[in-house]
Amino acid sequence: MTTQIQKAEPTAVSVAKTPTKPEKIPSEGGVLNVFSHGILILWAAMVILPMLWAFMTSFKTNAEIFEAPWALPTKLHFENWSGAWINANFGAFFFNSLIVVGGGVIGTMILGSMAAYVLARFDFKGNRIIYFLFISGMTFPVFLALVPLFFVLKNMGLLSTYQGLIVVYIGYSLPFTVFFLTSFFFRTLPTSIAEAALIDGCGHAGTFFRIMLPLARPGLISIGIFNVLGQWNQYLLPLVLNSDRDKFVLTQGLADLVVSQGYAGDWGQLFAGLMIAMLPVLIVYIIFQRQVQAGMTAGAVK
Amino acid sequence: MRHGRNRFIVSFLAAPVAIYLIFVIWPYVQAIGLSMTDWSGLTPTQDFTGFANYIRLAHDPVFWLSLWHNVILLIVLPLITLTLGLFFAFMINVGGRKRKNQTVAGVRGSKLYQVVYFFPQVLSITVIAVLWGAIYNPNNGALNSGLRAIGIPSTISWLSDPKLALGCVIAVMVWWQVGFYVVLFSAGMSAIPDEIYEAVLLDGANRFTTFFKITFPLIWDTIQTGWVYLGIIAMDGFAIVQIMTNGPGGPDGATTVVPFYLWDSAFNHGQAGYGISMGVAMLIVTLLFAVLTLRFSRRERIEF
Repeated sequence: MTTQIQKAEPTAVSVAKTPTKPEKIPSEGGVLNVFSHGILILWAAMVILPMLWAFMTSFKTNAEIFEAPWALPTKLHFENWSGAWINANFGAFFFNSLIVVGGGVIGTMILGSMAAYVLARFDFKGNRIIYFLFISGMTFPVFLALVPLFFVLKNMGLLSTYQGLIVVYIGYSLPFTVFFLTSFFFRTLPTSIAEAALIDGCGHAGTFFRIMLPLARPGLISIGIFNVLGQWNQYLLPLVLNSDRDKFVLTQGLADLVVSQGYAGDWGQLFAGLMIAMLPVLIVYIIFQRQVQAGMTAGAVK
Repeated sequence: MRHGRNRFIVSFLAAPVAIYLIFVIWPYVQAIGLSMTDWSGLTPTQDFTGFANYIRLAHDPVFWLSLWHNVILLIVLPLITLTLGLFFAFMINVGGRKRKNQTVAGVRGSKLYQVVYFFPQVLSITVIAVLWGAIYNPNNGALNSGLRAIGIPSTISWLSDPKLALGCVIAVMVWWQVGFYVVLFSAGMSAIPDEIYEAVLLDGANRFTTFFKITFPLIWDTIQTGWVYLGIIAMDGFAIVQIMTNGPGGPDGATTVVPFYLWDSAFNHGQAGYGISMGVAMLIVTLLFAVLTLRFSRRERIEF
């Protein structure tokens, strides 16, 4: 994790270097620079244009959408947005997502850090087995568990409930959370502080909550954002485990609108719904982009 | 103290381990057994049928077609995504105009490019599938009308043409994933010490030689990890196929993938046991892929 942050600031490192540069290196920067900017801008446009187009379309009437898909809306039809929020239930979907992801992420963070802390810093019989049990969860395809999972929840009466989704989100977020927190944080934190706290009579639990958790904060933020995005964007699990329309989460509601109506009906409203699903995540990302990138790529960098 | 320590360990592990065992491990364990039954999912009981599901699977053309599409994804998706990712990351990190005191320079605004490229990565796959479904729409979609705007009179039905549909799915997956690898490779490239670049540039190497002889070998580890990650995504493809493609599953099953066929069998056609046996098949293919990738891509690790 620390290396991650250092790596992310290459310019600072190279600027700090002493200027012992040989002058005679053949220069080819000019042409290449134009070329590389051209290519890079092209891809940036390919990323942004579809989203901009959808944003623009969310303010248009059906007639305008069919007449000239790329033309600007003649008038900003905000009723698409209010229609999506109220008539198409996106408001309700949004709050369902908030409840499920809120519960899921809080649960994942508390339980995940507790498990990771004990596994990283205490030697006891079965430690390795439990650790590998958690890690192995990262490698199995979810699709294999999907059908039995449905019946586990059915038998417990948890299908189409908030609690059911929350507890499943926690279960499937634990492997990476435990792996990340064990290897990046709790194992590397200094032992002396924990020992001092213990001697001062803090108790094991007190040491964890008052000393170790605050020390691990950068890691908790990264993995927390990772889990917020992952659970907010989750589609497969609610699709299978939650068939009650009143409890649909945002992704599910959006997909349902398209699959059940086959894009028929009110296009402007559909695009407004798409924006309601898209914008919160993009805004969170733009605010926390460094942490998001670090959190999401951390697993790959090891 | 000893007693307190053990109690602490148990109290901290009990809840996470219990949730994990009940909702993650237990379904996986059950899956192996249930794949050998004729369970419809609707009845409380099921009969043991041995390998009947697997034999049926072996003779099911839809399953093979689905698996074939996953295999195509498995090869094409990493190839395109990693190539583009490497190319953009190299452009961002080494393609800049030379500035004072720097042998190799990143382009101006390199951070901004990375932020923008990463956008699709944070979006839900649902959002992406709905967005692109609308873009591909032959009548009012952004693609056809965009083509018309630049003088190409296109009326192509992108997703209803069996020859184009899978390509459209791949294009969306590439669009979704490239940014992640640009960021990942950029981090790897900026960790390569400047001195190495200085040395090869002094020796008269141009940027292309630099890329293939220096950059590429030095971030090989990251590329390998990326290949495995993309392989896992290629074995999925469910949400895009289910939401975006016609049918869903495409015209004549042109875009069906194993996870989609699994879900369809288990939850729409009351064939839970059969669906689970596809899950087992998927697990085997995934493990095989991971082992093969790590086996054939092993190179000597270069420390720097």
